Amino acid sequence: MSSKFQVMIIAFMFAVAGFFIVWYKVEFLNIPLTPHAKKDYFTISAEVSFVGENAPAEITMALPAQQEDLKIISQESESGGFGFTISKTEEGERAVWSKRSIEGEHKIYYKITVSPEKVYGYIPEAKADFVQHVGNGAFDTDAFFALWGEVERAAALNLIETVRAHSSGPLTFAAQLIDQLNHEAPSDSVKMLLNMKREDKVSLITKILMHENIMIRKVRGIYLKDRQKVRALKEMLEVYTEDGWKLFDYEKGHIYKPNNMFIWQRGNDALFTAKGVSNPKLRFSVIQTQVPVISTIQQNIYGSNSEFLNFSLFTLPASQQNAFKQILLIPMGVLIVVILRILIGIRTMGTFMPVLFSLAFIQTTLLNGLVMFFVIVFSGLFIRFYLSRLRLLLVARISAVIIVVIAIMSLMSIISYKLGLTQALSVTFFPMIILSWTIERMSILWEEEGGREVFIQGSGSLLVAVLAYFAMMNEYAAYLFFSFPELLLVILAVIIVIGRYTGYRLSEIFRFAPLGHS
Amino acid sequence: MIFFERIKKLRAKGVIGMNFRNIELIGRCNERSKYPLVDNKLITKKIAKEASIAVTELYGKIEWQSQLENLHEILAPYQSFVIKPVHGSGGKGIVVVTHREDDLFIRANGTSMTLTGIHTHITNILSGLYSLGGRYDIAIIEKMVEFDPVFQDYSYEGVPDVRLIVYKGYPMMAMMRCPTHESNGKANLHQGAVGVGIDIATGNATNAVQHNLPVTVHPNTKHDFSKLKIPQWEEILKIGAKCYDMTGLGYLGVDIVFDRNVGPLLLELNARPGLAIQIANNKGEYFRVKRIDQEAQGRSAEERVAFSMQVLSRI
Repeated sequence: MSSKFQVMIIAFMFAVAGFFIVWYKVEFLNIPLTPHAKKDYFTISAEVSFVGENAPAEITMALPAQQEDLKIISQESESGGFGFTISKTEEGERAVWSKRSIEGEHKIYYKITVSPEKVYGYIPEAKADFVQHVGNGAFDTDAFFALWGEVERAAALNLIETVRAHSSGPLTFAAQLIDQLNHEAPSDSVKMLLNMKREDKVSLITKILMHENIMIRKVRGIYLKDRQKVRALKEMLEVYTEDGWKLFDYEKGHIYKPNNMFIWQRGNDALFTAKGVSNPKLRFSVIQTQVPVISTIQQNIYGSNSEFLNFSLFTLPASQQNAFKQILLIPMGVLIVVILRILIGIRTMGTFMPVLFSLAFIQTTLLNGLVMFFVIVFSGLFIRFYLSRLRLLLVARISAVIIVVIAIMSLMSIISYKLGLTQALSVTFFPMIILSWTIERMSILWEEEGGREVFIQGSGSLLVAVLAYFAMMNEYAAYLFFSFPELLLVILAVIIVIGRYTGYRLSEIFRFAPLGHS
Repeated sequence: MIFFERIKKLRAKGVIGMNFRNIELIGRCNERSKYPLVDNKLITKKIAKEASIAVTELYGKIEWQSQLENLHEILAPYQSFVIKPVHGSGGKGIVVVTHREDDLFIRANGTSMTLTGIHTHITNILSGLYSLGGRYDIAIIEKMVEFDPVFQDYSYEGVPDVRLIVYKGYPMMAMMRCPTHESNGKANLHQGAVGVGIDIATGNATNAVQHNLPVTVHPNTKHDFSKLKIPQWEEILKIGAKCYDMTGLGYLGVDIVFDRNVGPLLLELNARPGLAIQIANNKGEYFRVKRIDQEAQGRSAEERVAFSMQVLSRI
């Protein structure tokens, strides 16, 4: 019993390991369980248009960084004759297009494809980055209000006083400030500040927060809506608190980033700059597309640093991938053989011969395959009976049968091709040597046990082959085994468990039926 | 559910299936390394002689194709003989020649063979047609068993044999296999031979089946099986028990034939005996297996036979 227990433990561990890896890949690497799963891709195009002035031109634009819940799948520049480089700045990457001389109207595109999925291993920006950006908060705080009149400055200080009284830290301060500025019935000092010609709400909030030594940065984003076209990105604000950066809307106060908001830029640099050209314009558009997930897995590998995917079959060259798509089907066929032989008790000629035939059937399609199988086997048997009269040695006889089988196959191909039946050309996928052995076995079985036994074992083999064919042709099975080869562990577990099955085979219930009666 | 009903009934009878046999009996009791002792008939003959168990006399063996050039001289001294593959199983590739008529060899089933026919047959044996896995084989020529007339009434065109299942040295179950016209003189149940269940205590027939269905008389000779009694029963059980000692195989099929002159002869051993014996006996092997498992090891063959006759027959 203890060895049986061990077997069960091992099988259980295999199964758990297999399912765990599958779960991990589904949950964290976003590999879908079905081949038809689709997911949304959003392509955001930034279009820069300008008129050249026959002078050296340089256009730069901030580029988005990887973010937590919207994965950047690809990005590309359509530069149209411009030199394109990506420069790294303290606030992140910038695209730089440059040309010695340019004339007339031009357009440059930068396209980013994102997909709404979690990016594992995403590290939010640390505070150290910020300190570099704004210089450790060491400002001359009064400089912000320097150009204002005495009254406005007093109003600002008054507002700060009120907000400070109602807040406990940077987060609540910013929230209160935005609330005050957006109040339906604003206080006198707010009214006065908002009436200033030089300042608007955004600059007021920025200046007051900086005056208070609160670390902030600008955030620009775009909503991912199909067919959206915008002239400007949505501007927001991030405030640094003990818990990291918090996002604020200039109208609504503290918000969480909407799921469909793609952050294009963080920081206080200009979104885009243009030198040496006139009338530069930047606009964005969004297009939503649906793509089958399976086609995206390959791309995922490049974008991800997952060791798991790096180690997957998707990383192989395409021809090897196709080979493995075939090879990974074999365990399904083998499992069918195990079930039919151990649990059902079907007798076959050669244990795994049916699997080889079902592999051939996959290439030839089932009906064609069966027809060709019968034609070859019957004509082969006929010739084999004649060969047996020549009294050849076994090896020579089987070799002769192999040659005969090849001749039959060639003849079939030629005749059917002349008749315009191209289906029969796939006959070449039949394993010739296995066919020859089958013919040899059948004829010996016929001589020794009679035609009945040939019929039983022959039809048993074909039944197994056909069932294995259906199991292996199953699109879902094929997809699952290729995408999740760890399912082999599960099959292994099942086979191990069946391997220790000591109960009756289904066929034995009939075989021993006379014993059950009396 | 009718299936579960049936399974329950079979369980109650102690019937075991192939999976149980393979894992719990063969897998547990039969060491792979000992298989050659039974799969190779030459080795079986040798160790049986050493254990002073009677075997059929070996006339000669043919190992090489070139030896066949002298086939005529080799066969010349013998009127009757049997040709077997050394690694054959289930009676495959066995040719029994009972006598000669001029140049023809007359087989037990009445057909005739020429010398070239025998030549071909031995060629087939040598090239591995009848051996496991198709490996090269050896043909042996041995004395034909002149079967004891006590079984004349229960046999047709062939030699009946007794099959014992010996578990851990205890003869556990027995049957007699009687060839019929349908089985072509062969003692194979699935080819239509009659399986007669034998009481392990007395050697008396208890039950008979052909093609898994109960029969009372031999289909060709029409003799009543209930009158069948195997002589020298204890002697036969002892042969079975000794075969365990000489092979060390814990789950063993022992085939014994009766020669008119020599008495019981060991014909063949089988490390993978079939389960049809359960049908012939109308009884499963399971409870006897479990009973033997409770017994102490290290008893002599005689003690084990006594145990089988006294205890097992009542289980």
